Amino acid sequence: MKLTPVLSANWDQKDLFTIDGYRRNGGYSAMKKALAMEPAAIISLIKESGLRGRGGAGFPTGLKWSFIPQGDGKPHYLVVNADESEPGTCKDMPLLLANPHVLIEGVIIASYAINSNQAFIYVRGEVVHVVRRLQQAVADAYAAGLLGKNIDGKGYDLDLVIHAGAGAYICGEETALLDSLEGFRGQPRLRPPFPAIAGLYACPTVINNVESIASVPAIINGGVAWFASMGTEKSKGFTLYSLSGHVKQPGQYEAPLGITLRELLELSGGVREGHTLKFWTPGGSSTPLFTAEHLDVPLDYEGVASAGSMLGTKALQIFDETTCIVRAVLRWSEFYQHESCGKCTPCREGTYWLVQILKDLEAGKGTEEDLDKLLDLCDNILGRAFCALGDGATSPITSSIKYFRSEYIAHLTAGQCPFDPVASTLFAGVNA
Amino acid sequence: MTITNNTENVVAQAEMVTATIDGFEVSVPKGTLIIRAAETIGIQIPRFCDHPLLAPVGACRQCLVDVEVNGRAFPKPQASCTMPIEPGMVVKTQLSSPVAEKAQRGVMEFLLINHPLDCPVCDKGGECPLQNQAMSTGQGQTRFEGTKRTFPKPINISSQVLLDRERCILCARCTRFSEQIAGDPFISMSERGALQQVAIYEKDPFESYFSGNTIQICPVGALTGASYRFRARPFDLVSTATACEHCAAGCSMRTDVRRSKVLRRLAGDDPAVNEEWNCDKGRWAFTYATAPDRLTTPLIRNEMSGELVPASWPEAIAVAAAGLSKSRAAVLPGGRLTLEEVYTYQKFARVVLGTNDIDFRARPFSAEESAFLASHVVGSTISNADIDSADSVLLISFEAEEESPIIFLRIRKQVMKRALKVGTVAPFLTPGASKLNAMLYHSITEIESFFTNKSLILVGERAAQTPGLLSKVIEIANSSGAKIAWIPRRAGERGAIEAGAIGNLLPLGRPVSNATARVDIAAAWGIASLPSGPGLDTLEILKSAATGQIGALLIGGLDPFDLAEPAIALAALDSAFVVSLELRESEVTKRANVVFPVASVTEKSGTFLNWEGRERGFEQVLKDTTRVSDLRVLTMLAEALAAPLNLRDSVSAKAEFDSLGEWDGERTPAPSEPIVAAPTPSAGEAVLITWRMLLDLGSMQDGEANLAGTARKANVKLAAETASEIGVRDGDLVRVSTEAGSIALPLEITEMPVRVVWLPENSFGSQIRRSLRVTSGALVRIGSEA
Repeated sequence: MKLTPVLSANWDQKDLFTIDGYRRNGGYSAMKKALAMEPAAIISLIKESGLRGRGGAGFPTGLKWSFIPQGDGKPHYLVVNADESEPGTCKDMPLLLANPHVLIEGVIIASYAINSNQAFIYVRGEVVHVVRRLQQAVADAYAAGLLGKNIDGKGYDLDLVIHAGAGAYICGEETALLDSLEGFRGQPRLRPPFPAIAGLYACPTVINNVESIASVPAIINGGVAWFASMGTEKSKGFTLYSLSGHVKQPGQYEAPLGITLRELLELSGGVREGHTLKFWTPGGSSTPLFTAEHLDVPLDYEGVASAGSMLGTKALQIFDETTCIVRAVLRWSEFYQHESCGKCTPCREGTYWLVQILKDLEAGKGTEEDLDKLLDLCDNILGRAFCALGDGATSPITSSIKYFRSEYIAHLTAGQCPFDPVASTLFAGVNA
Repeated sequence: MTITNNTENVVAQAEMVTATIDGFEVSVPKGTLIIRAAETIGIQIPRFCDHPLLAPVGACRQCLVDVEVNGRAFPKPQASCTMPIEPGMVVKTQLSSPVAEKAQRGVMEFLLINHPLDCPVCDKGGECPLQNQAMSTGQGQTRFEGTKRTFPKPINISSQVLLDRERCILCARCTRFSEQIAGDPFISMSERGALQQVAIYEKDPFESYFSGNTIQICPVGALTGASYRFRARPFDLVSTATACEHCAAGCSMRTDVRRSKVLRRLAGDDPAVNEEWNCDKGRWAFTYATAPDRLTTPLIRNEMSGELVPASWPEAIAVAAAGLSKSRAAVLPGGRLTLEEVYTYQKFARVVLGTNDIDFRARPFSAEESAFLASHVVGSTISNADIDSADSVLLISFEAEEESPIIFLRIRKQVMKRALKVGTVAPFLTPGASKLNAMLYHSITEIESFFTNKSLILVGERAAQTPGLLSKVIEIANSSGAKIAWIPRRAGERGAIEAGAIGNLLPLGRPVSNATARVDIAAAWGIASLPSGPGLDTLEILKSAATGQIGALLIGGLDPFDLAEPAIALAALDSAFVVSLELRESEVTKRANVVFPVASVTEKSGTFLNWEGRERGFEQVLKDTTRVSDLRVLTMLAEALAAPLNLRDSVSAKAEFDSLGEWDGERTPAPSEPIVAAPTPSAGEAVLITWRMLLDLGSMQDGEANLAGTARKANVKLAAETASEIGVRDGDLVRVSTEAGSIALPLEITEMPVRVVWLPENSFGSQIRRSLRVTSGALVRIGSEA
């Protein structure tokens, strides 16, 4: 299987991020085409294309748009979730840095389709250069008559606001994002009502991932058949896979859904020299780990799910045999503890507890019973927490114990971590 | 706990839904949450964040159950506090689902890892939902071997509420109550994860009038009251169902006593009146009854020394009886008595003293008000339910949050639930009115378009201070079909009206002027006839006493500085033979000839009638007291005067009152007074508007410094134009003065009519009647203090 650069097609052009650079490559032509269509026709087209949410859950994008009640007399909102914070996930930020206008074009088309005149991009505030680039792109689009009143002379009005988040992983959860956008503390909301009925300011709201919206212009231009020619039966199209960690050429690889890690490793030069693959995440740290035995799992929604994990954000973090699984899992768990919003008991208290046990285990303290305790605690968090953050916090723990129980026990037998932490670093061997 | 205040209506109207819980079929009104439906068949699902009067949140995850709808099971257990019952739903709680059972045990275990094991020193221990549910749903041994999260121990979030963050399980009941019910979001969650905590903004402490409710609904010992903290263990307390003696809302309460000492009061559960809430005054203002100046023995004035000296009961009774029989006597019972007591006072006046000179009103009033009370208030059946169903509510001379906080909560609930339209006739939009999204009107003449025939006018007792206002209210109600309800400030006033403790009314609305009515009551009392002449009102009585036409006064609760003209009252007290029935030393006892110490509400039983006329019966809290109630003193006096009242106790007084029956004869005609134009101030003058704040220098709040600490700071309010006219800016000291005295307070520029000045009536630094000796509507001078 080969790469299919669509979103990343022209990332090598220095000025792609400018409105001129984007237009030179055919930018905003899909918008012209879409504004000439009936909004309902756009929704049908996206439905037919089989585009599924690229933020992790894989919900069909067109179906989501069709949930917005039309003719209800209420304002509708489009909110783009650009609060990319999942450990390992690094697709939206490079995309926005390289090509912010593709998102803006997607926003215009999506907003038009759902009959919205106000859209927001909620972008991770720590990535200041991306915030600035987006703000400039929006200003340029306004100046070019692509946003604001009577867009492109077609009588359609749209305002787009860039909102910088203040640094909370939980605000990537769509309802917490809405609360944050409204100016409240970001904590997930009770559902129902679902955002499609009562989202931002209690009005019908579509919340989509950056990549989902950015894929829309290409689908409008390329058509359903072209889009469906890529990918697998139920997971159609192209997507960005982010490879990071112990891999020779880390980065974003845009490929059809269903590609395997074996193929991606071939494209990226493989695991770093002299080392072998130990474990990897298919979709960021919230998705259960895979090992070398999963190299041929097709990386689409169904393939990954049937192998016991989730496609998630397609953040492939690669770890070679120098990595201590306990240490890696502890680091992730510390992240979840730090980012738990505190609203619900299992996630708030559970992550606090998990970290303490893992710290002991990494230091070689404890007994094998602690592993069973860990698994039992994870069972008490998974599916008991208010939102998916709690579930995600258990994934690395349960999957790592499943595949690497003996390594945990080795810590306990040795009374300390049997790994040299330096060996897993980039600077390993530099002073040797 | 309360389901909701309008459960009856819901049950009557709602479509029923049938589902199965643990194999038992249950039919509940549509929209009923699983957790509530389970309660109806006796299945208790553990819970913390859930509260029936707060919006569902699903945060604590303690109430997880397995749910199946249309044969499809949810893949994971669901929070039963957020999910309504659906037809055919199959619910399996911890009793029949091992998954739900384990989920609940797991959540309980998580809640306990960071909870300190300080139950032995925690106020909540013994009545703690966490403790109780840890017993039912927790495990005997902890598996947690790590380090607990710690915080510095309790911090004050107001002078009366302390927060122990270690104990907090972050259910957010307190913050949700403050936001959803009270409208005072002074507390909120901050930080995240295990460090999440309830917080205040450092410059804005938790100064809500309803803050005590957060302590009561806290399911752990995280929020404690400064006044009760470390005073008792719940299992040492003896609880009595009581009614609040402060305002006319008539909240149901629970009073807790340890070793004959009242230690705390809690809001009672009465959906029709106060749901499960009360205000901080009702909760904490009870130490006045144990103040050091509490009277303990009868006192009589030594004629030689002029001093009050302790006397025996028989001696005091004899002296009082002699004094009352010597000359024309009148009765001023005050507005804080129980129905039984005030009924006894008026019977005493009519049977023993042979006079209609009785008036319960110990506050500014008018003859117009007398007619209004007789025509529109006595026998009125307008109730809280009318607030719940009104199209719109107009507040006239009534600041609901300050003067009757539970009515405020009731109105606010409707404002939040169905955007009930509220209007207020006031000089400016108070914080309370703005929490009701009220429209502000400066004059009653502006508002006729406000009304429909389902409007409700709530008019406060201050309306009597504006001549013609009550007549205008009646006129508007007559033309629009709106209902009128009158809301006094004191707990005993409605009872006093029904009992006939006013010159123009006999019990239950019988006009004194009506011969049939007099015969009616005389027959019931077994006497030949009743006095027929119209009784004097409070002011007339005091004037007559000051000039010697009335020689003796029998006085219950009265403070001369509550009256419109304190000087006349003081002169009357100085010149008449005064028999005072009092709790504590007062301006009256200081001048009385005979003083009888009487029982406080905790030392007697009885009934208040709240503003609705609803009976608020309460039991005697301190069973072993030797205190004597007003009623017993009056019966002793009556016997000494050879005119027995035949009322042994509150039970017989109530029975006699109840036996009198409704009056179906003619009613007193409504007043029809013209509106009198307000005085026109010139520059440097202003029309004074004033009312009492909930927390102020009222004598029934004495001795409770923690409560007083959350009182609003007094200030002067002026419009910007008025301020610039006298050359002052926001925050400057402004002096407000009359011939009698002056008050200087910082200015708060407020959007209000020009040349109008507002001051609190009886707050620290602003005691209008003592300093200025005027009432609302008076012309006062204003000027810069600099």
